[in-house]
Formats: sequence, C-alpha cells, structure tokens
Amino acid sequence: MNLSRRHFLILLPAAAVAWQAVLAGSPEASPNYKMSEHWWGMLIDIPKCIGCGNCVRACQAENDVPDGYFRTWVERYHVSDGNLSNPEVISPDGGKEGFSPAKEDEGKYFFVPKLCNQCADSPCTQVCPVGATFTSPDGVVLVDQTYCMGCAYCVQACPYGCRYIHPTKKVVDKCTLCYHRITKGLTTACCEACPTGARQLADLKNPKDPIHEFLKTHSVQVLKPQMATGAKAFYYDLDGSVR
Amino acid sequence: MGIFKDAGHLFRFAALFVVGTLTFLGIRGFFVPKSFGEYGHYRGNAIVEVAARPIHYAGNQACETCHTDVVNKKKDGKHAHVNCEACHGPLAKHADDPSVEPTKLDTAVLCLSCHTASAAKPKGFAQVAEDHSSGLPCETCHQPHSPAIAAGGAK
Repeated sequence: MNLSRRHFLILLPAAAVAWQAVLAGSPEASPNYKMSEHWWGMLIDIPKCIGCGNCVRACQAENDVPDGYFRTWVERYHVSDGNLSNPEVISPDGGKEGFSPAKEDEGKYFFVPKLCNQCADSPCTQVCPVGATFTSPDGVVLVDQTYCMGCAYCVQACPYGCRYIHPTKKVVDKCTLCYHRITKGLTTACCEACPTGARQLADLKNPKDPIHEFLKTHSVQVLKPQMATGAKAFYYDLDGSVR
Repeated sequence: MGIFKDAGHLFRFAALFVVGTLTFLGIRGFFVPKSFGEYGHYRGNAIVEVAARPIHYAGNQACETCHTDVVNKKKDGKHAHVNCEACHGPLAKHADDPSVEPTKLDTAVLCLSCHTASAAKPKGFAQVAEDHSSGLPCETCHQPHSPAIAAGGAK
C-alpha cells in the first residue's frame, strides 16, 4: 500500500473516531440510557405511609414474585411508653393486604416500607463466590440468575433481609429497583402504585432530581448506619426503634 | 553445548507445560462469556438481560396521553397526585392495545384499602369508620377522581 504523508494525516482523525467506537463496546438494551449518568436510590417518607400494601402488591405483579416471598414489604411499628428498644413489629403477609385497624392506644404507630437498600458497599455482593451478584455501574444491586448456584451466602450476608431463594428457580432473587423500568425512564412499580408519594425513586447523579433539595433540608437516615453499607434507601423521619 | 547435553527431558517438560497452558487458556476462553469482566467480576450482559424484562405497569404518562378528561377531573382534587395505576392496577397491556379492557373496580372494596380508619395511620390522612356509608359503595356519593363532595365531587 502506498500511503503519502498527506493521506496519512488526513486519515488519522477518522482512525481515532473508529478506535473510540471499538473502546465504547456493545450498545445497551435501552439506546438512550447511559449507566454512567445515573446513581439510583430511593427516598421513603415515613409520615406519608398509610400501610395500604399497594407497593407490595405492585411489586409482586410487576416482578412475578411468588406468594409468601417479598422484594418489598411493609412493617407496622408500635412503640409504647417510649420503649424504643422493644417495639411491637408486625407485617402480616408482608403487609400485602394492608393491616387490621389499630385501636387508639398509648404510644405511637408508624409504617416502615422496606426493600433492598441498593448499598454502595453491599455486603451481599462481596460474599458471592461466583460473581453472580454485583452492583451495576448505576448503583443497583442485581443478580445474574444464570450464574447463581443458590448457595445463599448473600441471603445470610444481607443485614436487611432483602434476599430470598426463589422456590422454583432455586436461585437467589431480590429487588432490582425495577431496573427494567428505570432504564426506560419509568419509575419503579412500588413508586408508581404508592398513592401518597411515600416512596420516591431518586437519581443521585441527576442534579435536577428533587432528592438533593430534600436531603439538604430534612432529617434523613438510612437503616443500620453502623454497618457502613452505603445504603441508598433514605428514610425521612425514621424512628430510633426501627431495626 | 556442554551443559545442554542431557537436557532433552527438560525441553520436553517445558513443551508439555506450554501445551498445558495453551489448552487451559483455550478452554477458559471458550467457557467464559465474552462480556464477563466488562464492568467488574460478573457477566456484563446480565445487566442487559435484567433491563429487558417486560413491564406490567405502563406508567402515569402513558395513561395521560389518552385519558385527558380524567386528568382534568383529577387535577384540582385530593387525588391529583395519585397515579392511575395505584387504583386501576397494572395496565401496560391496555396501554399497548386499548382493546384490552381494564377490569371494573368495586369502590366498596377498593377505597377502603387506603381509607379504613386506623390509629396507626397519619393523623392528617382522610379515614372513614366502618359504618360511614352503611354498606353503600363509596361512588354513590364521592367521585373517585375528585372525591371531596364540597368541591363538586358529588354525583
């Protein structure tokens, strides 16, 4: 091949562009979605939760969660006489059908919706022996069910009890933060179905997301902060008795 | 050549080692998926597979593109911020193909799943005692899309 210096210099930028395309790798499932531009979490506004169980039902419908297993569930706390160390906690069928009415009583009641905290330093992904569970580049803890062998190390490792072994697939299953929805620009099924806005999907990398203003101006806590899991489920007005 | 005189067995051993390594790398290359290690110690395509699952809830925007009449009804009422599918259930199939009819809701059951009175609920939230309607469905008096009677919600 006979390449003059002039032609070589002309071709150089084109070659650079082509090499960039090679480095970029294969395109993703949702063409307009870039993993590097998101960092997902959730805001849970406890004073707004009415314990209707809509989120639990929505999650089961959206993700084909088997009966008796939960990717998200709601707990009702009853703290009497300021006894923070010994609250009465109930969650009948994960709160799926709501809660039977509570009688006016001494002490306080409140609902705590729970789900995978999408930890940035998650204990569950660290113990997987086969690389079947991982934190995606946009901050969602996912499971590769074709790799999982069902050893349940991660089920034991999760301090929040958010994982289970699927009864028929025999592999681990958990909240994906509705990854198939958020990558399409939709919100999660639980947020979509929540009638009071007690749950809000939050994109911590999006400067326009209302989460930033909320975190600046409200008293927000994560569950089990002493575990240093980097949890990204932020609870507003969380009571000290919540475990 | 003095020191290599009797070294033939060493070369044979080295050759065996090289063949063994190449076989291992070949088998490994065949069995480890292409996308493994793309983002970390896992199969990169697993992310794409999770993202490709079908949706069941269409999302409020999809509802509002067609049902503008309901949007107008809702916008000044107490249910303005309640998403359609919070009550109507997952309707992605209906959004894809409007000939798929959503099931009719029974307000005598549905409304109570949120509004049954309970001391556990936040104090500001609208709650009704069991005998509030003496068994009549809520929509006898309340328009579900804008439920306050004073606001013209009554039928």
